[in-house]
Amino acid sequence: MAAMTKRVDLSGMRTDRSTFLQYLALFVLAFISLAPIIVMIMTSFKTQVDIMSSDSMWIFQPTMDNYSHVFEAKFGLFLQNSIVVALSSTVLSLLVSGMAAYALARLEFPGKSPFAYFTLIIRMVPPAVLAIPIFILWLNWELFLFDLIDATPFLYELENPDPYLFAEGLVDGRIGLILFYTALNLPFAIWLLIGFLRQIPAEIEEAAIVDGASQWQVFTRVIFPLMRPGMAVAAIFTFRISWNEFLLALVLTDRNTRTLPVGITLFLTEQGVQWGRIMAMGTLIVIPPLLLTFVAARQIIAGMTAGAVKG
Amino acid sequence: MHSSLRIRQIRIAYLFLLPAIIVFVLGLIVPLINTLELSFNELSMGSPWDEREFINLENYQRMFSDPGVQTSVGVTLRFAAFVLIAELVIGLALALLLEKPIRGAAIFRTIFILPLMVSPVAVGLIWRYLLDGRIGLVNFYLNQIGIPSQTWLGEPGLAFFSIVITDIWQWTPFIFIILLAGLQALPSEVLEASRIDGANWWQMTFLIKLPMLRSILLVTVLMRLIDVFRALEVIFILTFGGPGRSTQVLSLHIYKTAFTSQALGYASTIAVMLMFIMLILSMVLMVISNPFKEKSDF
Repeated sequence: MAAMTKRVDLSGMRTDRSTFLQYLALFVLAFISLAPIIVMIMTSFKTQVDIMSSDSMWIFQPTMDNYSHVFEAKFGLFLQNSIVVALSSTVLSLLVSGMAAYALARLEFPGKSPFAYFTLIIRMVPPAVLAIPIFILWLNWELFLFDLIDATPFLYELENPDPYLFAEGLVDGRIGLILFYTALNLPFAIWLLIGFLRQIPAEIEEAAIVDGASQWQVFTRVIFPLMRPGMAVAAIFTFRISWNEFLLALVLTDRNTRTLPVGITLFLTEQGVQWGRIMAMGTLIVIPPLLLTFVAARQIIAGMTAGAVKG
Repeated sequence: MHSSLRIRQIRIAYLFLLPAIIVFVLGLIVPLINTLELSFNELSMGSPWDEREFINLENYQRMFSDPGVQTSVGVTLRFAAFVLIAELVIGLALALLLEKPIRGAAIFRTIFILPLMVSPVAVGLIWRYLLDGRIGLVNFYLNQIGIPSQTWLGEPGLAFFSIVITDIWQWTPFIFIILLAGLQALPSEVLEASRIDGANWWQMTFLIKLPMLRSILLVTVLMRLIDVFRALEVIFILTFGGPGRSTQVLSLHIYKTAFTSQALGYASTIAVMLMFIMLILSMVLMVISNPFKEKSDF
């Protein structure tokens, strides 16, 4: 009996000490995670002189010069491109993956299993592998469309609307990016939504069908609203990938269609790196992902761990 | 009646899959087939697709004796070994240390995933600034404790060390969070039973928890390994593979072969090899952890 009480006391003490250690570790880790990001944000408010001098690391007179310069230097255009590409591919991914996930989770059809496994495998395609054929295909599609217009008398003679301009619009790098980001994001989104669909009892749809709804109506009126929490998680991941992607954007875009991650690298090649401007742009790129994290950290962690822990 | 209903259902299923199939075909399958075809051809940048020249297996022969490819495979494997071991050890230690739920954990977890969420390009830029030889904070603080400045990104060994450190900063939280979720999902009956049987902390950790985490550990390692082979943005910004080829991972080597050396055909050949590696890795991953297996309807 005495031994019992002693043990209880001991474990109580240990709990206090380990809780303190736990918090200490958490604070150190939080500092390590945050410090580089904070340094970036701080540097974006520094003048080049402050950045170059070694005695003003934390104390300096903040300036908005970097930001105003960045906005003069086409940042607005890059921002617009990034928003268009990221939002379009997110919406497209959600629509397409929602439909596919519904078929895979609820309907029986030949080829179901191969398709499911195909989506898992295709998830691993490295962007560097895609960059080469995409670069060539995109150039050739433009040539192909121009040839097509040349060979079609009706189109060739048409002046308003100009078919060549229209063709150029079609091969706009942004449209390509939307397509490729959607393709890259689909597997994860499909797979995530299947998991969500499985938690929705099939009786709800069966009841709707008994009531005379068509399969399409069931999908749009019943399933889609029920899938909303899953869609939110899928949207976060899709948006993040599309917003941050660099390599394909580098290959596919030109000076008018560049997205932010590509635009920022232009500042790197200039003579004498202007760190203040780069960090200002970096800060602006990082704002949407940071906001998403603070708003939906729980969903993000759930999405990240789903693959490894549940499987 | 029954079979006509079934046919109807099949038709509907294909209609629902059609958009996904179109996107996959246009966005992934056609480009991949093009890569495969191009890997048997020679095509330099700027020439149209029609001017490719079929050269049979020449690219493949060249690849297997190309010291550049061998170096980049070596760099990738070495990089993978360093970051995986470091991230696994640190991530696991942290997960075990912080396993017990405490107040405020959610806020800390939010902060930990920030390095994962920010754009890899921004990560590369931040660390390039921090590690800068003249104005970087790393040298600034090293000087303060009496260590002279290092040219972190200008010397092969240090540059490799720099990309490893950056990767550890970015990805340890991922491993930590997955392992933490895994630890917290362990069946409490088993842990309770072993505690009643008098197992101490070491026995609990190494004889009970870690063996039960085995498959999660394996999946995490594979996911990271696949990512090491895929990702190149951070290294692209940080060192662009240099100095020399000391930080040139395979996917960056492919990019530079295609767009710096402008050998699109030969770059495709190396890309095919990378795809092959990815295929093997993802098959292994699928055997270990099949997300469709929960319900055996696939």
